[in-house]
Amino acid sequence: MELGGFIAYLVSLAIMASIYAVFCLGLNIQWGYTGLFNIGIAGFFCVGAYTSAMLTTPKPTGIYAQYVNQIFGLNLPFVVGLLGAAAVCGIIGFLIGIPTLKLREDYLAIATLGIAETFRLIFNNEHWLANGPRGLMGLPQPLQGIVSAKHYNYIYLIVVVIIMLFIYLLIERAIRSPWGRVLRAIREDEISASMSGKDIFHFKMQSLIFGSMVMGVGGALYAHYTKSISPDVFTPLYGTFIIWVMLMAGGSGNNKGAILGAYVIWGIWIGTSFMTDLLPYTLKARAPYIRFLLIGILLEIILIYRPQGMLGEEKRVSKLLEE
Amino acid sequence: MPELITYGIVLGSIIALGAIGLTLVYGIIRFANFAHGDLMSAGAYVALFVVTDFLAWVGIPDTNFGPFSFGWRMLIAFPISMVAVACVAIIFDRILYRKLRSKGSGAVIFAMSSLGAAFILRMVILIVWGADSLFYRPGMLRPAMDLPLGIKIRPDQVLIVIIAFSLIIFLHLFLQSTKMGKAMRATADNMQLALVSGIDTERIIIWTWGIGGALAAAGGILYGIDVQLQPSMGWNFLIPLFAAAILGTIGNIYGALLGGLIIGVAQQVSTAFLMPTYKPAVAFIIMIIILLVRPRGIFGGKSA
Repeated sequence: MELGGFIAYLVSLAIMASIYAVFCLGLNIQWGYTGLFNIGIAGFFCVGAYTSAMLTTPKPTGIYAQYVNQIFGLNLPFVVGLLGAAAVCGIIGFLIGIPTLKLREDYLAIATLGIAETFRLIFNNEHWLANGPRGLMGLPQPLQGIVSAKHYNYIYLIVVVIIMLFIYLLIERAIRSPWGRVLRAIREDEISASMSGKDIFHFKMQSLIFGSMVMGVGGALYAHYTKSISPDVFTPLYGTFIIWVMLMAGGSGNNKGAILGAYVIWGIWIGTSFMTDLLPYTLKARAPYIRFLLIGILLEIILIYRPQGMLGEEKRVSKLLEE
Repeated sequence: MPELITYGIVLGSIIALGAIGLTLVYGIIRFANFAHGDLMSAGAYVALFVVTDFLAWVGIPDTNFGPFSFGWRMLIAFPISMVAVACVAIIFDRILYRKLRSKGSGAVIFAMSSLGAAFILRMVILIVWGADSLFYRPGMLRPAMDLPLGIKIRPDQVLIVIIAFSLIIFLHLFLQSTKMGKAMRATADNMQLALVSGIDTERIIIWTWGIGGALAAAGGILYGIDVQLQPSMGWNFLIPLFAAAILGTIGNIYGALLGGLIIGVAQQVSTAFLMPTYKPAVAFIIMIIILLVRPRGIFGGKSA
């Protein structure tokens, strides 16, 4: 591969890794700092992507409308799409939290799993909503036209990295505040946190909503990168499982770890695709399964031998404390 | 409508087989096993391997078996698959969950580990058998019988309900009258108390996985006979299984049976109003309603 092509390839890899890093940061709020077990990330991924798509594309007209059904299309700017995705995902997080956050921790997992599957079914079956299984295409991209379309990915990489860093700083700030310390206290020991007069339910709810909003932004960033989305993208494998492996590998409870994990695991994931090129022809069609099998085994190894991940949690909880 | 209810009972007895295993594991080992659905798939595929490859290699002919859509080979494959999946479940416990137990990991880490196990099982199925739908006997005509009230039912489906209920009655007798069964109930009730009474909890855990795995395998095979084999079938069962277990109160096997039947009937009856693809969503909605109204399920009185 010539150098230009190779760099372009690295850029596309970095864009996806950064988008996954946004999901890891969102999950880190919920799991890493509060201990909320959300295994329906794919649902927030899906809703974030579709919300932003419908906010930023125009409603199809004329002959085009015969082929593409879309309940609304507002043709608004990219930033509105991001904010809208965050808002809708936050509302969904709130609605899931109501029946589950007062119960045992694994009920939230089952409910989020259910909601992710339900959203995929809805987007697949309801053609009037967002064009059913064919999905939506032609999503606008921000700052389009500054450079030639061939080099646009450089611009998008910068956009994604800036948003990722903004979210990183926001979470770092929040987690070092008294609010963040309450979340950690709840994760460590709910009963003593509630005996200190903290309303467990409300703090968990805020964490769930905050994390869901970040995931919504991740979904929107993905949608505007690929420019076309369909419900079969948001599977439990690509939408939930790999993000969990990323966060556990990087180090839950550590935002730098969340970002690092996303880059490392995505690198491994892409790297193994070269490895499977060496497989005999008969196995090639099933190569993705072999790669996911390895990722699954990797998760089990991390859980048993290094549950703190690569970086582990930072123990310092306030900037006012000495190192 | 009577026909849909009948089909619901067929589906419900399959769900019940899975949900009983899930609720046993939940009650005794105390974590949500997200790999339980994929144990069902594993059972279905192991039986497929035995029917189409192993017994063909041994040389046992697959002659017709009564009015059913499967042949004699299935009779041998059924128990083999139950034992095999029981072993798979126990092996997962030995290499994964036992290590986590000895480290004192929290319940959520167990659940996450089981989620990983679910994906590992599904990937192995996909690598070996591919993603297409398969049948135990492709191209088999499956005539239906006519019952009163305009119900059409296949002989297979009648047998599915009979097998499921026989297995559940068998489990009931095991739990009520054997020493191991009583020890299991005691452990589910209070693990610390069971430990100080001299019950070997590690042995109880192995038995629990064995029973859970074997019942899951049976459920998976019966679904494969009724509908088809699909690598994602177990994953799609996961929400109905949890809905049934929560509805019938976690840890209560009779509750799981009732929950399974209710969820099965609700899923089938919903096809009169909704697209059949929404069946998992129906189970999910019922589960959310239960969590809001009565989070401890129909049989739950004391705190969970």
